[in-house]
Amino acid sequence: MRAWYFSENAYPYLPDPSTYESIRVTLPNRYYDPKIGAELYHRYLDEWQYAEEMGLDLMINEHHQTATNLNPSAAVVAATLARITKRARLLILGNPIANRRDPVRVAEEMAMVDNYSRGRLECGFVRGVPYESSATNANPVRMVDRFWEAHDLILKAWTSHDGPFSWEGRFFHHRQVNIWPRPYQEPHPPVWITTMSPSQIVKVADRGYVAATFLTGYDETRRIFQTYRARRREQNLPMTDDRLAYAALVYTGETDEAGLAGARKLMWYLTSNKVPPQFKNPPGYASVHTAAQLLKGADIEVARKFPLEKCIENGIIFAGNPDSVYEQIRRHHDYVGGYGNLLLMGQAGFLDHEETVRGIELFAKEVYPRLKELKVGIESALA
Amino acid sequence: MTTSSPQSLNVAGIELECLQRGTGRPLLLLHGAGGPRPTAPFMEMLAQRMHLIAPTHPGFGNSPLPEWIDSVDDLAYLYLDLLDQLDLRDVVLMGFSMGGWTAAEMAIKNTTRLAKLILVDPVGCKFKDRETREFPDIYALPPDEVNRLTYYDPATFAPKYDQMSDEQLQAAARNREAAALYLWEPYMHNPKLRYRLHRINVPTLLIWGAHDGLATPEYGRSYCAAIPGAKMEIIEKAGHTPQNEQPEAFVAAVMRFIEED
Repeated sequence: MRAWYFSENAYPYLPDPSTYESIRVTLPNRYYDPKIGAELYHRYLDEWQYAEEMGLDLMINEHHQTATNLNPSAAVVAATLARITKRARLLILGNPIANRRDPVRVAEEMAMVDNYSRGRLECGFVRGVPYESSATNANPVRMVDRFWEAHDLILKAWTSHDGPFSWEGRFFHHRQVNIWPRPYQEPHPPVWITTMSPSQIVKVADRGYVAATFLTGYDETRRIFQTYRARRREQNLPMTDDRLAYAALVYTGETDEAGLAGARKLMWYLTSNKVPPQFKNPPGYASVHTAAQLLKGADIEVARKFPLEKCIENGIIFAGNPDSVYEQIRRHHDYVGGYGNLLLMGQAGFLDHEETVRGIELFAKEVYPRLKELKVGIESALA
Repeated sequence: MTTSSPQSLNVAGIELECLQRGTGRPLLLLHGAGGPRPTAPFMEMLAQRMHLIAPTHPGFGNSPLPEWIDSVDDLAYLYLDLLDQLDLRDVVLMGFSMGGWTAAEMAIKNTTRLAKLILVDPVGCKFKDRETREFPDIYALPPDEVNRLTYYDPATFAPKYDQMSDEQLQAAARNREAAALYLWEPYMHNPKLRYRLHRINVPTLLIWGAHDGLATPEYGRSYCAAIPGAKMEIIEKAGHTPQNEQPEAFVAAVMRFIEED
């Protein structure tokens, strides 16, 4: 198993949540102090660098108009990391290409990062969270169609080397596509896609991309991974665990108490996400079935509001001493049928630099070596 | 042909759910972003007086959504085709909100089959500057606030999602999705429309709810001034849907306009 360290790079110094309606989209940026923010940017880069020193690979994501994440451009962070790191793979998970106006620009940015890093880019494409339809003015209707057209255009831009091609699609027009630079890797950087819907998983599986899923716990993750594996089998395509990735909040302490204390701080990520219904359920984002439940006021993020012990039991947080963290991950890994990539959110909210670094160090030294040896266990073979 | 249940028509290759009721002068009725309301009292009242033709826009209700359709302009051409196909003449064209925008887009293209035009709290035009939205951003406001802006009496007229069956909720979710396809960007308007309204050459009435907070009566007056000879009637104690909140006053205003000279 490969472990990828990431942090959402939050700006947690906010007023009492009762004084604002939403941490996303509408929270005024007067609450952002550039003096504090600049220090945070550098601190978070230091933590990525430290994770690399400890032997982890790195993941970067982006969000827009939110205090939960200071990186509206993953490409900018990735380019910086490409310069200040030497070995780690750099995973952007990912580019919200259904919300970007110009996929060719995304192809160019990713090609630059791939060159800066001399071929260390892993390029993810994501649909993006529902809140960002308003933040980017991107129509949530037909987003999936737009996503795949953008993907097709980016892949063609990366792999065309004999002068311009023309694109007059349903959503994007570009008569002279001929990007400089081309990607460093041949034929292009490895592609990752996050998805939960069966029809999308099938498309990801057919292309052999890495399918990633965030905080989906035990049964949901197993369903997603089984769909991917079944499709590969059905198409007589080879299947390896490195095609699957699971993201969770992870904190390793010297003792269970220390590990749980760190995890409680990480939970800021789950508890700070105050978002009103109009941003959670933009029309067309969710399926008609899910959207109908949301109209009625259903809370589909309820599993993120449980206490720590329940989150651990549900497999969205792995925390405790190194043995506990290893056992929790192994149990989850085996239950879902195995996966080759663990995306670990190791910093959030008010977890300070020393605590973050300590968590990374203990994970890297005491847990990671054992994870690298993980094979699919008995439980999943029986499942 | 008049029945109480909608029929499926094929209009230039597009499958369209369409309700036809009553006899007499044809009234083509275009629903708003909330979707068709076949059982609303105002529909019954109009069907007693005229031949109602009420299609369901692609993506709403039971009308499929063809892959290539995504704009009010598409709807305008579709309904001009519908008028041709049904060979309707001397038609009164009436649209509500987004349907009013659609009706205006039809009338700037071709009024050959039209006798009169009625726009009820229509959206579609942009008059203010780039930093002043013509309509509140309903996709960024709390649902209660949207209801307060939409209705004079939200407690009575706002949709009650908590009392709906799953089937009704899913229909509402599908309508909401279809509306966003047409309305998202440019937001509830066609930047060119205001410059084309001068082409409308049939008698036109704008009916406006006095308390419409989505498309205000002030906005309505700008709209009215851009259509040659158009008149405006205000319905008291009504918001964005006067046809639902004050059906008697609404139908009376419609009939007065239709029956004059």
